[in-house]
Amino acid sequence: MRQMKLFLGPQHPGMHGNASVHIYAEGDIIKRSYLLPGMLHRGFEKGMERHTWMNNIGLIPRVCVVEPDINEMAFAMGVEMLANIEVPERAHYLRMVILELARISIHLMSYGGLGGPTGLYTLMYHAHADRNRILNIFEKITGHRVYHMYIVPGGVRKDFPVGIENDIHEFLNDLESRYTEYRDLGIENPTVLARIKDNIMLPESVVWELGVTGVGMRSAVNKPYDLRKVKPYARYSEVEFDVPVYDYSDARNRVDIKLNELVQSIGIIRQCLEKMPTGPVRAKVGNGQSMRWTVPKGQVYSCVESSRGEFGYYIVSDGGTHPYRVGVRGASYPQGLLGIEKYMPGTRIDDAPLWIDTMGVCSPEIDR
Amino acid sequence: MKKVNSIFTPWRLLKYLFKKPITIPFTKIFTQKNANYLNQNSIIKLNSRLDSEPREGADNIRGFHTNDWEECIGCGTCADICPTEAIFMAERLELPNEDGKLQQRPTIDYGRCCFCALCVDTCTTDSLKMSKEYIYSNSDPDAFLFMPTDTFEGQKVKEGYVKDEVSDLLDLKRVENPHELPEERKSSFVEIVRGYSKEFARLEAARCVECGVCTSACPVHMHIPQYIKAIWEDDIDGALRQVYETNPLPGVCGRVCTHNCETSCAIAVRGEAIAIRWLKRYIIDSAPDDMYENIILEPVSDVIDAKVAIVGSGPAGLGAAYYLRVMGYKVDVYEELSLAGGVMRYGIPAYRLPDTAIDKDINFIKHIGVNIKTNTRVGRDITMDQLEQDYDAVFLGTGFMKPRGLNIPGADHNRVVGAMEFLPKVREFERGNLSLEDIDVAENVVVIGGGDVAFDVARSATRLQMLKYGKSSVKLTSLENEDSLPATFDEYVEGAEEGVEFFCGNGPQEVVVENGKILGLKLWKCLCIFDEKGGFNPEFDKECEQIIEGEQIFIAIGQAPDYDYIPESIKDKISINRGKIEASIDGQVKDVPWLFVGGDILRGPDLIGGVSDGHRSAKAIDAYLYENAKKQDISDSLKAMREAVKESSPELTIRQGGKK
Repeated sequence: MRQMKLFLGPQHPGMHGNASVHIYAEGDIIKRSYLLPGMLHRGFEKGMERHTWMNNIGLIPRVCVVEPDINEMAFAMGVEMLANIEVPERAHYLRMVILELARISIHLMSYGGLGGPTGLYTLMYHAHADRNRILNIFEKITGHRVYHMYIVPGGVRKDFPVGIENDIHEFLNDLESRYTEYRDLGIENPTVLARIKDNIMLPESVVWELGVTGVGMRSAVNKPYDLRKVKPYARYSEVEFDVPVYDYSDARNRVDIKLNELVQSIGIIRQCLEKMPTGPVRAKVGNGQSMRWTVPKGQVYSCVESSRGEFGYYIVSDGGTHPYRVGVRGASYPQGLLGIEKYMPGTRIDDAPLWIDTMGVCSPEIDR
Repeated sequence: MKKVNSIFTPWRLLKYLFKKPITIPFTKIFTQKNANYLNQNSIIKLNSRLDSEPREGADNIRGFHTNDWEECIGCGTCADICPTEAIFMAERLELPNEDGKLQQRPTIDYGRCCFCALCVDTCTTDSLKMSKEYIYSNSDPDAFLFMPTDTFEGQKVKEGYVKDEVSDLLDLKRVENPHELPEERKSSFVEIVRGYSKEFARLEAARCVECGVCTSACPVHMHIPQYIKAIWEDDIDGALRQVYETNPLPGVCGRVCTHNCETSCAIAVRGEAIAIRWLKRYIIDSAPDDMYENIILEPVSDVIDAKVAIVGSGPAGLGAAYYLRVMGYKVDVYEELSLAGGVMRYGIPAYRLPDTAIDKDINFIKHIGVNIKTNTRVGRDITMDQLEQDYDAVFLGTGFMKPRGLNIPGADHNRVVGAMEFLPKVREFERGNLSLEDIDVAENVVVIGGGDVAFDVARSATRLQMLKYGKSSVKLTSLENEDSLPATFDEYVEGAEEGVEFFCGNGPQEVVVENGKILGLKLWKCLCIFDEKGGFNPEFDKECEQIIEGEQIFIAIGQAPDYDYIPESIKDKISINRGKIEASIDGQVKDVPWLFVGGDILRGPDLIGGVSDGHRSAKAIDAYLYENAKKQDISDSLKAMREAVKESSPELTIRQGGKK
């Protein structure tokens, strides 16, 4: 049969950001595919070497657009480890609230993302409308809706505004009350199920081969490998939550894990708001004005659990005002770049957007 | 019971059709102005439902900037920190040119700005803030580059993101410089300020934002940000080089300068100024002698055959001598007393400025070839006419070294002493040239005056009393109130710590003398010091009279010049106004072109001002001598000789090229 070359994205409702997938298909079966990450988010790691430790907070959130807070957290943790800074107790809880809100927002976006490839736009509208409410909360806390630049080395930039807890509780209660509706609309919906059940498989062997972490790994190997549990950062050791797992990774189970995590995140935020102590929210990183802050010589790998898996920053300091080298482990790098090339062939063209959505691919993480 | 999923289950979401949408209508996000613009350009079609009230951002939102130009000092820290290099400082020469402010304001390219608000967090003055405005549309790309003012698009806007103590990126607190404790220091002349250690100096240097506001406020325009940066980088070599570019007396200025730089420091707007003076002292204290050899001797050349005489080895004289010597002239400095340094050596007490610091600076000036002839008074040991004959130019920097008297009854008593009679003796005592018995200081003394010199007298007297009697009793009285004393605030604080009693706001009326002994000083309350025209004309309240006890009175109400050494033939050609010689801004006397003046006798007492006069005059003397040399070259033979010199000495060619 004649092979045909198709471009999936960047302008495509099922495509994420500015990435595109070049597909060679025979009939409607993909025979060969590779990712073109868009080349818009290039040079971030190099750019970080040219910014001071503090200035970098303007750049690092851009490594993942929809969930920028994990970048800020991993970078801040790395600098704190290098400079041996004790972060104030309250700041830990503030950071957790932000990180979990971000997790909810990206899970909603990803779940809504099912709407594009399946033609169920209602799901996308609803998910995005609820995500928008999180962005409103972010705007009130941080001053921005998307690039928050809130978690900084030493703590957070400012304390929570007065009364924001009410907004968060109100939103969480609403989301919880609508949770079954979301399930009914999406993964309990027979029309959607037909597309995602027993489809787009991620076998355990592939997880080990590529180094997939996060939802993909937990859905395939039946092990609760979650950095918040196995290597707790901030104060995740102080809050109770479950890590949902499956031993069979089809698209449906991966989405189900995301929805379960959403419930867990709601619980974590409530516990944080309850346990949060009062006190300072930021410790000083260096001496003098921020452009002359230096970080002691050394190297460090700091990682956090993003919605797509282990997200890490490898930072080298030569004792100066700028990082000597920063390397980012994008959580979606294994499945996004290698997986698409090796394991997307064999799926149908119309399942390709679902493949990308349920595997969790974020192109700037690959580009960086 | 297991839930049965049917394709009809999702249909229950139809109920949302009848609920109010939570999304914001497209038409509602625009301001009226933007909406009109978009309508006109057919970018969007807005119908009559257009709502002129746009959605307001959160209280904390990082919207477009506002900048209060009155508060802004143009320091440019916002431009330095900007991670996207969206901010640059644009020159606005219509702004007033005053100390502590630069004539520039931030301009922001909103094509680059990422609204991170680091500029707001690091603003030295709090003038830069962010508003709640977040929508701006225009088809002209250049319209996205503008200077924020306190309005946005000509309208008052609501405040959005502002910094607080937590988000502030500056360090407003000064690193403490250890001082000797009052109880310990008041019985010796040990230097009070111990000086920064390397660690502390670097911590203090790390606070500087390199704005350069200080440079424009400094009379000699020292390269302050550069040498502070060098300290922070632990590069004493570089720092020393920067310091000597503009100031040949850094060891002295690092201790007793009036530090206009710190007064105008950008950090001082909200916090404590960078300790620029102590940092300069740190450079000199930590620079070994051989470091001077390596870096500063390089530019000294010896190709111009002209000689300059400097009269007086104070800050102005030494400043002129150093720069003239660096330019290659032969320089002789004439000093009346046995040690060079003038007021530095014989006025300021050792607890503020020890001899070792002066020696370090002067030794280096001598080392580069300045010839200092001490114990040689012009007018006595050598005449001005002789100087005119022997030298191509003469610079006078003789200062105000004579005490100024007070015309009140009893002031002619022999225990009424002028500050400039007393202070040189104190310095000689510190050097071991005089014994304690040689200096007359009573158990109870009164000091008249409110300036730094009055404090020098009062605190020196305290020390002598402690050494002589084991206790101290010094009273200081001045016309000015305590909050408007001309002395620096440090002097007042340290004086109070050492037990000086203050009777400020009073004018001396009579030295009360009985049986040839001073009993005290009669004071009247001072109502005002200056009259309506601004002239010195104090008014007193006779009703408020008090007599403060004391057996000895020191008068420190200012100093006067001594022009005895200038012969009448020259005095006829110069005019002296209130003790100062009238001259051009460079110090050149109009009718005596070979004569230059500087320092106290040109501009009044100020140490760093003297250095700056010396520097300025050195340049003027250089220009004058060069002009003279050109005139002499008119004859052909000389021209030919000069050509020969040019060929043999490439450095001379370069210098001449520079002059044109």
